[in-house]
Amino acid sequence: MNFLADINNALPEAILVAFGLVGLLVGAIGGDRISGLLRLVAAIALAAASATAFVQFGRGETISAFASAELAPEGLYRVTLFTLFAKGVTYAMAAFALFMSTGFLKSAQMERYEYPLLIVFGSLGAGMMLSANDLMTLYVGIETLSLSSYVLAAFRRDSIKSAEAGLKYFVLGALASGLLLYGSALIYGFSGGTGYAAIAAAPTSVGLLFGLVFVICGLAFKASAAPFHIWTPDVYEGAPSPVVAFFSTAPKIAAVTLLAHVMFVAFGPHIASWQLIIAIIAALSMLIGAFGALMQNSIKRILAYSSISNVGFALIGIAAGAEAGAAAVLVYMTLYVIATLGMFGGVLALRRGGKSIDAVSDLNGLVKSKPGMALGLLILIFSVAGIPPAAGFWGKLQVFTAGIEADMLWLVLVGALASVVSLGYYLRLVWAMFMKPAGEPLDRTDVSVAATVAISALIVFPILTVAIQMLLSATALAAGG
Amino acid sequence: MTGPMILTLTTFLPLIGAVLIMAVRIVGGAGAAGSASKGIALLASLATLGVSLVALSQFDPTVAGYQLVDEAPWFGGSSYKLGVDGLAISLVVLTTALMPLCILQSMKSIEDRLAEYMVAFLVLETLMIGVFCALDLVLFYVFFEGGLIPMFLIIGVWGGKNRLYAAFKFFLYTLLGSLLLLAALVYMAIVAGTTDVVVLQEGLHPETGALLFPPEVQTWLWLAFFASFAVKLPMWPVHTWLPDAHVEAPTAGSVVLAAVLLKMGGYGFLRFSLPMFPEASMLFQPLMFGLSVVAIVYASLVAFRQTDIKKLVAYSSVAHMGFVTLGIFSFNEAGIQGAIFQMISHGVISGALFFCVGVIYDRMHTREIAFYGGLVHRMPVYAALFMLFSMANVGLPGTSGFVGEILTMVGAFQASTWAAAGAALGVILSAVYMLTLYRRTVFGEMTNQKLLDIKDVTPLEFFILGLLAVSAVGLGVFPGVVFGLTESSTSEVLRMIGR
Repeated sequence: MNFLADINNALPEAILVAFGLVGLLVGAIGGDRISGLLRLVAAIALAAASATAFVQFGRGETISAFASAELAPEGLYRVTLFTLFAKGVTYAMAAFALFMSTGFLKSAQMERYEYPLLIVFGSLGAGMMLSANDLMTLYVGIETLSLSSYVLAAFRRDSIKSAEAGLKYFVLGALASGLLLYGSALIYGFSGGTGYAAIAAAPTSVGLLFGLVFVICGLAFKASAAPFHIWTPDVYEGAPSPVVAFFSTAPKIAAVTLLAHVMFVAFGPHIASWQLIIAIIAALSMLIGAFGALMQNSIKRILAYSSISNVGFALIGIAAGAEAGAAAVLVYMTLYVIATLGMFGGVLALRRGGKSIDAVSDLNGLVKSKPGMALGLLILIFSVAGIPPAAGFWGKLQVFTAGIEADMLWLVLVGALASVVSLGYYLRLVWAMFMKPAGEPLDRTDVSVAATVAISALIVFPILTVAIQMLLSATALAAGG
Repeated sequence: MTGPMILTLTTFLPLIGAVLIMAVRIVGGAGAAGSASKGIALLASLATLGVSLVALSQFDPTVAGYQLVDEAPWFGGSSYKLGVDGLAISLVVLTTALMPLCILQSMKSIEDRLAEYMVAFLVLETLMIGVFCALDLVLFYVFFEGGLIPMFLIIGVWGGKNRLYAAFKFFLYTLLGSLLLLAALVYMAIVAGTTDVVVLQEGLHPETGALLFPPEVQTWLWLAFFASFAVKLPMWPVHTWLPDAHVEAPTAGSVVLAAVLLKMGGYGFLRFSLPMFPEASMLFQPLMFGLSVVAIVYASLVAFRQTDIKKLVAYSSVAHMGFVTLGIFSFNEAGIQGAIFQMISHGVISGALFFCVGVIYDRMHTREIAFYGGLVHRMPVYAALFMLFSMANVGLPGTSGFVGEILTMVGAFQASTWAAAGAALGVILSAVYMLTLYRRTVFGEMTNQKLLDIKDVTPLEFFILGLLAVSAVGLGVFPGVVFGLTESSTSEVLRMIGR
């Protein structure tokens, strides 16, 4: 039957759905006692989904599914090599984020069975929106991700800050979803279809452009690009630490690559209309992210601004257009989330007397108490900052190349300026870790966190510094498909 | 040891030492690592010196072009390509020869976190050697900018009171310059399809044979490279990070900064700006002459007014780097040979001067000129050595400082009489500030009671300063050692700029 073939084509998501539904049942019966087991199985399911996506990527074919002759001749669901690669990385990041959350959840008494399930459903939504070939599927995917995220942000039920973060995220997120939906409606009205192919084929019209702008606003909100970034520092500050580690990795790369995918595929022919918009969003994000963090004292807020700034860099790749920029976006985001996972995870998992640290001064003297962790964080911070020899530099090199190829030197120069400014706060973190006298002793680091930091640090330096060609050829393949 | 791979070995040997120390530190704790790191660091740096000398012996100075090339594909149009010409190998040997001295000095004067210090130093050595050996623009950039990280840590962790300000200023200044270089580099990679320095120096497209960068494009690219190298060198008016960084850095950090890191700027002009953008270099000759002369005169005057010994030496570095740019942009053999010689000689002399400052700083923990006076009564050996280096810094005939200055001025004179006249004024001024410094610290009556039981140089310090003294005089008497090495690179540069 055709339906089974469709399921097979959407295998990574099918794995997650199956685990999510069964896990929900088992959790409802077993309760919080089995949350440890569920976390383990959920991490395995996410890893399996990631592996499946990469296997499909390895086969090198574009997959369509859920087609219907009248409503969606191209399929509601269509996976290109570009999105397969993004999906694979997204699921892998989610698996790691879950893997290293154990210690935190235990010490914060948050070991509830819903936690792994929400992460899985959120990742499922991320995967769905990436696989979408139609604005409707896109919307359903985004909402699946967003609703899980709202609950995750407020997951620490007894903390006012966490509840506030969840509520803020929900209210603003709902507004963004509304914009996205309204834009989709306009686009449908002026192009006669919601499928990407129909939109791409439609002539450029004022109505279509209005819709396009609304869609960009909605998606930029999800990717936390300026000027739709205001929620990010508040949500990052309030949400529980492992949730922030998740937010800043899996949904982040999904949202940015989704924006790229929608722009390149659905609105590719209309590039003249949106190129400047994206370029301005990129410039604003880089600058606001760089300047905003200078005066912050909370590590979480600094990292939130850092993610805004980095999204801005990735957007240079989108603004450069599909030909020049698609591979660059993937390289940039992949390197960024790998480094971020370790950096957020490592910093946020440091605890003192059972409580997560948050002020920059809490990092003081880390090199004395935990030299390995300090060294790992040093590498990761410089990777996120894009300073060679850490691999994050290759990402910057790629987006700068894309920007210059697309004749947007001004954007590259803004990026260069933002890099220098943002070093101001990255160096503050290094300063605290290496140059200040140590404060009160920190708690033992969880093995899972130490392992994640070590792995991600080794990947960004030296493995990918030397073997960057591997990632580049994979993303070039992805961009071509 | 066979020919190829030898530069790779030279470059990464210190890094292996650093990884070893790190392993000991993480496994064995701070105590074990502190003592082990001394031995490992010294061994690693000596081994690197040995390997670099082997490389030097295999290097054939009579052949033009790059030798001992190691090449491996990397990504896109970039490759891992190391190779040296006479200019590069002499700077590499300068680096590897100074490193063991720095490490010896640091063992005594660094008390806090010695293992981490040695790691930072060895990593820095790898990156510095890499800068001089890299024959691929991207690879060069990785080493060039990567060097900021260990130097930031060295200044920031082991520096003086104001180290936060100095370390941040050093990092951000240099980074802003190098990001413009990065933008230019990306553009060049797109146009040429490769980042191979040899191809880019020829200036012709590897496939079509067309001119890569027409003059108007060259102007912009030249300015971007200029931004980076001028900050690194440093040239007036972007030199202000240097005195801060020097004052705050620990002694060995200052030595490396003055002796090696500053040379990256001059090296960059010779290796990239001149051969790749000859028209633009010609165009900007008056600008460079102007800035060089201002740097020489202005920095000398500022040096005269300093109350801090290290700051004085730092400003004298700015002035001496002015001679380097003056020589490079005179576009003739005397000028360029002189500039290269001046770089090597300044590496030895300024390194030695910072070691001299370190000697008295380790004893008295102050660098105020006014604090000292009459040191000759208690430290005769020190006074003699310090005298020698001061004279070398002034450019006394017989020392290496003289050869560099006279040649750059001869070169500049052929290009512009006025520039040479300005530089000559700088030579006089350098005598003014150096002799004043020497008189106020070493001669006179011993008025400060605290100085009464200051001890003369230890055998270790004597060994370090003695070696440098021999080099400074040796290079002054036999400058041909360096000229023989660098002659072919100079004529290559001149060939590429078409004169």
